Amino acid sequence: MTTPKALVLRAAGTNCDRETEFALEQAGFEARRVHVFRLMDKPELLKDYQFLLIPGGFSYGDDVAAGKILAGQMLQRLAGPLNEFVAAGKCVLGICNGFQVMVKSGLLPWGNVTADQAHRDVTLTWNDSGMFVDKWVRLRCDSDRCVFLPKGEVIDLPIAHGEGKFIVRGGDGDALGRLKGDEQVAVRYVDADGKAAFEGGCPDSNPNGSVEDIAGICDPSGRAMGLMPHPERFVDITHHPQWTRGGVQRADGRLFFDRAFEYLRQG
Amino acid sequence: MKEPNCQEVAELTATHRIEIRPQEGTGDPQGAAVAHEIAELGISSVSHVRAVRLFFLFGDLSADDARRAGDDLLTDPVTETAYLGSSPGLDGGAVIEVHLKAGVMDPVAASTETAIANMGLAIESVRTARRYELIGDVSPEQCETIARRLLANNAIEEVYFDAYTPPAAQGQSYTLDIVDVPIRDLDDAALEKLSKDNDLFLNLTEMKGIQDYYRRIGREPRDIELETLAQTWSEHCIHKTFRSDVAYEGTPIPGWPQDEWRVRSSEMLADRKDAILASLANAGIYDDSIPRVWDEICRIAEEEFATGEAIVSLSLEEETIGVRVNEREVYGGQWVDMDGKPFVKLRIPDLLKTTIFSVTEQLAKPWCISVFKDNAGVIEFDDKHAICFKVETHNHPSAIDPYGGAATGIGGVVRDPMGTGMGARPVANTDVFCFGPTDMSLDDLPKGVLHPRRVMRGVVAGVRDYGNRMGIPTVNGALYFDEKYLGNPLVYCGTVGLLDRDKCFKHPQAGDAIVCVGGRTGRDGIHGATFSSGELTHEHETEFSHAVQIGNAITEKKMLDVIIQARDAGLYSAITDCGAGGFSSAVGEMGEELGAEVHLERAPLKYAGLSYTEIWISEAQERMVLAVPPENVDRILALCAAEDVEAIVIGHFGTEGRILRLFYDGQVVGELEMEFLHNGLPRPTKEAVYEKADRPSPAPPDRDSYNDVLLKILAAPNVASKEWVIRQYDHEVQGGSAVKPLVGVDGDGPGDAAVVRPVLASRKGVVISCGLNPALGDLDPYQSALHAVDEALRNMIAVGGNLARTALLDNFCWGNCNKPDRMGSLVQAAKACRDAALAFETPFISGKDSLNNEFQTDTGETIAIPPTLLISAISVIDDVGRCVTADAKAAGNYLFILGRTGSLLGGSHVLKVMDLPSGTDVPPVDLAVSREVMEALQQAIEAGAVRSCHDLSEGGLAVAAAEMAFSGGLGVDLDLAAMPDGEPGLPPAALLFAEYAGRFLVEVTPEQHDAFLRIVKSCPFGELGQVTDTGCVVLRSKTQTLIDIPAADAKAAWQQTFNW
Repeated sequence: MTTPKALVLRAAGTNCDRETEFALEQAGFEARRVHVFRLMDKPELLKDYQFLLIPGGFSYGDDVAAGKILAGQMLQRLAGPLNEFVAAGKCVLGICNGFQVMVKSGLLPWGNVTADQAHRDVTLTWNDSGMFVDKWVRLRCDSDRCVFLPKGEVIDLPIAHGEGKFIVRGGDGDALGRLKGDEQVAVRYVDADGKAAFEGGCPDSNPNGSVEDIAGICDPSGRAMGLMPHPERFVDITHHPQWTRGGVQRADGRLFFDRAFEYLRQG
Repeated sequence: MKEPNCQEVAELTATHRIEIRPQEGTGDPQGAAVAHEIAELGISSVSHVRAVRLFFLFGDLSADDARRAGDDLLTDPVTETAYLGSSPGLDGGAVIEVHLKAGVMDPVAASTETAIANMGLAIESVRTARRYELIGDVSPEQCETIARRLLANNAIEEVYFDAYTPPAAQGQSYTLDIVDVPIRDLDDAALEKLSKDNDLFLNLTEMKGIQDYYRRIGREPRDIELETLAQTWSEHCIHKTFRSDVAYEGTPIPGWPQDEWRVRSSEMLADRKDAILASLANAGIYDDSIPRVWDEICRIAEEEFATGEAIVSLSLEEETIGVRVNEREVYGGQWVDMDGKPFVKLRIPDLLKTTIFSVTEQLAKPWCISVFKDNAGVIEFDDKHAICFKVETHNHPSAIDPYGGAATGIGGVVRDPMGTGMGARPVANTDVFCFGPTDMSLDDLPKGVLHPRRVMRGVVAGVRDYGNRMGIPTVNGALYFDEKYLGNPLVYCGTVGLLDRDKCFKHPQAGDAIVCVGGRTGRDGIHGATFSSGELTHEHETEFSHAVQIGNAITEKKMLDVIIQARDAGLYSAITDCGAGGFSSAVGEMGEELGAEVHLERAPLKYAGLSYTEIWISEAQERMVLAVPPENVDRILALCAAEDVEAIVIGHFGTEGRILRLFYDGQVVGELEMEFLHNGLPRPTKEAVYEKADRPSPAPPDRDSYNDVLLKILAAPNVASKEWVIRQYDHEVQGGSAVKPLVGVDGDGPGDAAVVRPVLASRKGVVISCGLNPALGDLDPYQSALHAVDEALRNMIAVGGNLARTALLDNFCWGNCNKPDRMGSLVQAAKACRDAALAFETPFISGKDSLNNEFQTDTGETIAIPPTLLISAISVIDDVGRCVTADAKAAGNYLFILGRTGSLLGGSHVLKVMDLPSGTDVPPVDLAVSREVMEALQQAIEAGAVRSCHDLSEGGLAVAAAEMAFSGGLGVDLDLAAMPDGEPGLPPAALLFAEYAGRFLVEVTPEQHDAFLRIVKSCPFGELGQVTDTGCVVLRSKTQTLIDIPAADAKAAWQQTFNW
């Protein structure tokens, strides 16, 4: 089996592409950063890759709303190739702004980039505080379908966002119920004891007001995932805010890249 | 208030107004934040606020088109609803709409325009605005207050109290009109008037220099030539105050001047006579004494020749002047004036060169690659990479528009590393702010001044939005509050960049194309360079609103992305940023040795109507200038086009006679010799006076307990937690964060310095720290500057920095240095920088000054800022895995203090919270001991003998101990009787709270106890006690308990102040 290849999509305002590329290479991927204009000119490029990374940043300044304009470009120019990519059994990971782009383009939650499904059932909106926040959170994987983490795993990662409050459209249809029923709730914010606030855990463990403390979701296949926290920012022990206290044994963010690598290498 | 005029507007063009309103029940944090701030203003009648976003679409769009744009693009369908048209008025409330003034840059509008065009709609332009619906019983006067105080900035925005639809933005056309400015026949008064009327900020000497030049070449200047001279000669661009000669009178400055002549014969001595006599006179020895001193020198020297060499030396020591020959005193004793005070007269040539430049030269560190030459100072990082660092100020623009001023401050300093050498990639930002007190009553504000709370919110938001969008971690900073910053808030922004060792120098060539890359040129920011050279007055808010700049971080990020690719492909031979002064400064600097021709009509404009002069001096943001060999021009233009970055050739470098020649539509509109432009500025002599006051501080009365004093100091704004600010900055982007600005078991304790790994595959790191002591600036500028250097280095050492690989940056913000007393304290501080850098062997590599921070109130009162010196330190370390943080780690570990403590309390927090007036008795810094302590501590950290370490600064030992304890979720128990050999019988207030420099509190495990002692044994140290699991901060002196409080209470006090 050849080395799996990862495409790190960048656009004006993407700013976590380099460290994401580094994390991928550390896991064994052959990674390349590609500008969205180049992909729009040559969508067949996607065929060469098994892993699509939509990294963090402020695509187009998050003007209008976070990730909205890049999502629009994907909807208008890349819908077919992206849907084929997902259907071909490949992996997609959207981190922070990438998660926002996935939600607003339709890649999440239903794994389908089409105008009538995009940005209809769920959204990522302003944190309850109304402010950008950079802090570390504890997360628990709640899905047995998500390829990036084993269910029950508890990890630490940093968040850095202003619009990360995950909410689900009220009224028609029970999107939240569907997400939960299909094991699509990938990660939740939890407290020091691994308990989410809505389960009676510490309320401060939810940093932005997300419904049921949801920090990330995956599509029904488990191969396309988006999350607000940044796995690429915890790939070295010294990334952890308490590493000088000792006892930090593992750089938790590496799990995402290592598991994707294993999954794709085994085909 | 303006009346809405929708009808008329609608006839001009197809206009659609779209309101994006929050849906009920999904939250409206923006509205809630405004409601909170209204309550802070003391207006209680507003029950809640709805924040509505407004978009105005201009172009050939149907209502359905507009609805589609509203629904599919502008609205979040889960949380918001779009409405086409205007909402009806509000029952039981008021409406405030805030619209940008015409011509003010609107990044959201620009992105929206592109996105709507991508939908296939015939959009021509977009404008945006904000609407606030205030629910509650609010009077028109209250609305006015809310709008003015909170929501809108008069300098860039207009307020409407009803639905308003603006016209499409339109520029006027421009017809070339070349303007000559007659100057040759003007008298002094008319020259000064010309400078003032045209905001040139050139003084009479400079205006006369220009007049002489034009008389010589036999013509009148063009307006564009005067503007170019004004910009190039501005304080901002050339540091003319700092580089002037100084005539100093006043308190002797230790160690200065210092001259030495080695002679071996009477003939050699006679040859040196003039120089020696001049030096004696320069040192202030009275003329009538000089012959006697000279005779004495000759007599002793003759005796010494018998056995060999004679060294004639002259030095100014602590308030004495010493003339010696081979250590034999010729002349000595205290030098005094008529009143018996120590007094000298000195002439100091080129102050900056004599002090800060010279120390770097003297230290001659081989790891300094480029200092004081380029846009940032450059030092070695590893075999392949170099690191550069620059810190700038953006004070005056931030005073007028805190958000835009601070954002463009960070945007501007980011372009400095980008324009250093062949271009560096920014890897970290720093920010330091000084504001007026945020709890000040609105009624006490001078006219024309924004409330400090608003300034702070705006500045923090500006740095946040620009830095976060650029993807540069903001890792280090400081906040300082003082009433004297009311009219002149200070905004320091710094950027660290990474570049290849073989790309540290630029070499523009004759024939290279001048390529302008990035943003478009507009009328924004005209006169920023000259404006920052002048004093602010209460009328500046309106007079200089055109100097306000609005940034667009994404334009800059796009530009950075292509520049890094072009750099790595080797497509250009030089690069620099369009900083203050725009094209004028960029082309003028890069073409200094070559000359240049520029065709101004080629520059892409934001809107039509700019004159050739406006294009030339516009300070529109996000632009860089490249010198591109002709064969690479097409490739670079294609590279930019591929990522939607505008790039255009506006001229070329290289003219006969090094002429700068400016064209518009083929006509020459201005011509200047580079020689005159860069070397024609007359170097003035500045007068400086300084008299050290000698006023001791009162002794605080002894008390049984100092618990409340400690809590008050922890809550003091200059000490309290800045978490509210820090968390809004992305300090981890780029994935190199190793020590964060907040540390400890809960990630919310104070960090001393930041550590980042700029090369992800390497363990090497850079430590970034700062030091700032404005409280001491007015008391003793010399000691204050020593404290600033010591503090920056302390913070750096405390996390594991390497003193032998540390460079310093200076940023002086002073009052108006045309006033001799301000200049006098500047001389003192600059000399202190030199002495400190020499003692620590830490060279300065870059600096910047802002020497006109005074504010004229409408009542004629002048408020000068305290002398404010920011020292930034950057240190290269081999392994970030050896770093330590300040949080206490485990009960049972030992706590040591390093460094000496004395009884002086000048400028300390303990006096302030006990309401006692401070004297001028600032604790003197013992540079030698401080260096010894730092070197020992560095060795101990490198040896792995230190578990945690915190520097002692504001609030002294007690504050440091409390911070260590609560950051670690633990307690401490310290006995101050074990303080090292300072003065005996120190009073408790000094033991606990004195702010002596060069001190650290260090945690050591029992296993490392002896190893640590072996390393520090030659330093002043004391074993004070232990970390405990009691959760209490206990400080005692023998049997007396001075402080005993729960660490949680200390933390609560520390956190409450900025818990906004």
